[in-house]
Amino acid sequence: MKSIMIRAGCAAALLAASAGGTALAQDAAQARSHAATCFTCHGNEGRSVGGVPPSLAGQDKGYLLQALKEFRDGKRPATIMHQHAKGYTDAQLEAIAGYFAGVKAGPGTAAPAARGGY
Amino acid sequence: MTVNRREFMKWVAATTGAAAVSGCAGTGGPSAGRVVVVGGGYGGATAARYIKEWSPDIDVTVVERNEVFVSCPISNLVLGGNTGMDSITMGYGGLRARGVRVVRGEAVAVDAAAKQVRLADGSTLAYDRVIVSPGVDFIYDQIPGLQSAEARGRVLHAWKAGPETVALRKQLEAMRDGGVFVFHIPMAPFRCPPGPYERVCQVADYFKRAKPKSKIIVLDSNPDIVSKAGLFRAAWNGLYKGMIDYKPNSELADVDVKGMTVKLTFDDVKGDVLNVVPPQRAGDIARTAGLITANQRWCGVDWLTCESTVARGVHVLGDATLSASAMPKSASMANQHAKVCAAAVIALIKGQPVNPTPMMMNTCYSFVDGKNVMHVASVHAYVAAEKTILPVKGAGGLSDKPSELEGTYAWGWARNIWGEALG
Repeated sequence: MKSIMIRAGCAAALLAASAGGTALAQDAAQARSHAATCFTCHGNEGRSVGGVPPSLAGQDKGYLLQALKEFRDGKRPATIMHQHAKGYTDAQLEAIAGYFAGVKAGPGTAAPAARGGY
Repeated sequence: MTVNRREFMKWVAATTGAAAVSGCAGTGGPSAGRVVVVGGGYGGATAARYIKEWSPDIDVTVVERNEVFVSCPISNLVLGGNTGMDSITMGYGGLRARGVRVVRGEAVAVDAAAKQVRLADGSTLAYDRVIVSPGVDFIYDQIPGLQSAEARGRVLHAWKAGPETVALRKQLEAMRDGGVFVFHIPMAPFRCPPGPYERVCQVADYFKRAKPKSKIIVLDSNPDIVSKAGLFRAAWNGLYKGMIDYKPNSELADVDVKGMTVKLTFDDVKGDVLNVVPPQRAGDIARTAGLITANQRWCGVDWLTCESTVARGVHVLGDATLSASAMPKSASMANQHAKVCAAAVIALIKGQPVNPTPMMMNTCYSFVDGKNVMHVASVHAYVAAEKTILPVKGAGGLSDKPSELEGTYAWGWARNIWGEALG
């Protein structure tokens, strides 16, 4: 089983590395790009400084995708997420959920406080 | 065939020469390219961070005139006495720790032919790509009474957070109870569409608490409240009933600083504290660099890359851009421009394809008092057939009403967007 997984992973990495595999590399870049639209509120890489709004990093892909679809379909209470989720296609929501599931959970990094001399 | 991961990576590297597969090319290796970012605000600092994070082998230098970053979002709360300057003031140490060079100075020229940026001290920075993120500067041409520094020191805009925020707060504190605050709003587009109306709420919140006999006169050049109109009207007619006199279509003619009067085309309005926000355009360096393409005010860009439509290798971000349809001049939007631009700049430097379908999302929160907040949201997707980015139909919208829950999300938004730029 393990060797099969390694072989599948190898095939993906090889494709991404070769000229013929630019489509895969582009998919990965696009998933990151779409997930990055969420960082603004949920933190860099989905690691939320202070935890509100919630961190997305390292969450289960199925859970994230289900939550996003429920927001979109008005089946989950929301202040703003129902409005954002409607902006993305099923494939985009899946790519976003997959991206955050693949990021290691951890605390967000706050901007360093400074004094302005006021 | 079964191979372990290490052997496989060696093989991939040997057969394809793809160093990138083994992860980030190490720092200390040869530079893949040089990017100079002019302006360390929401657009510039965020773009610098992501270029470095996503491609550590690119040298990134930010040129910023101020020693610290002061956030415009949340700064209205300082005017309302609901937070202090320390909560919106941050340093560039985090960005430096990430390997971004931050140069304190003033960029005075961008030479697209020679590919270099010149600073006020005469030094130059060479680049492969430059990102210009200068924010806005003010247009005073049509306001004869505000030509001198002395006049501008008395009638403030406080539309860039910093010393003017503090000074306007002091003017409000010094005003007598029963005084009149007169606030003039320019014709859209301007930085932060809901910002003026949030400011009215914040000043009203302060007056209600500390100077309940005082009044606010809002002179708006626009025919109606530009953003969240129904929500702001509800707050003014509810929380602040009887305190706010809103006058739409109030085009500014002049300001009489000595007489403390805002002069409109057909009316004069006297006050104890005047706050006049002049019309705006892309920041000075964008004009000097010849990047302004629309109405002598804004910089046209290709929304796939944020590259200027008139200068190759020069990208423009944030409020300085000629906004696409329904795109606000907001911190959220500048942050989203920055990430699209960062990815595109990396791809262009490395000869890789640029993401053909970038998306951007906007979230603007407004505080009606110290705790209750409402939002406007939108999602924007690139449409190849139109060669621009357009709002996604059916997405986005407004709060039903202000709430404390959204107040916690607004502060969370602030912490996270600040963390992205500077953390």
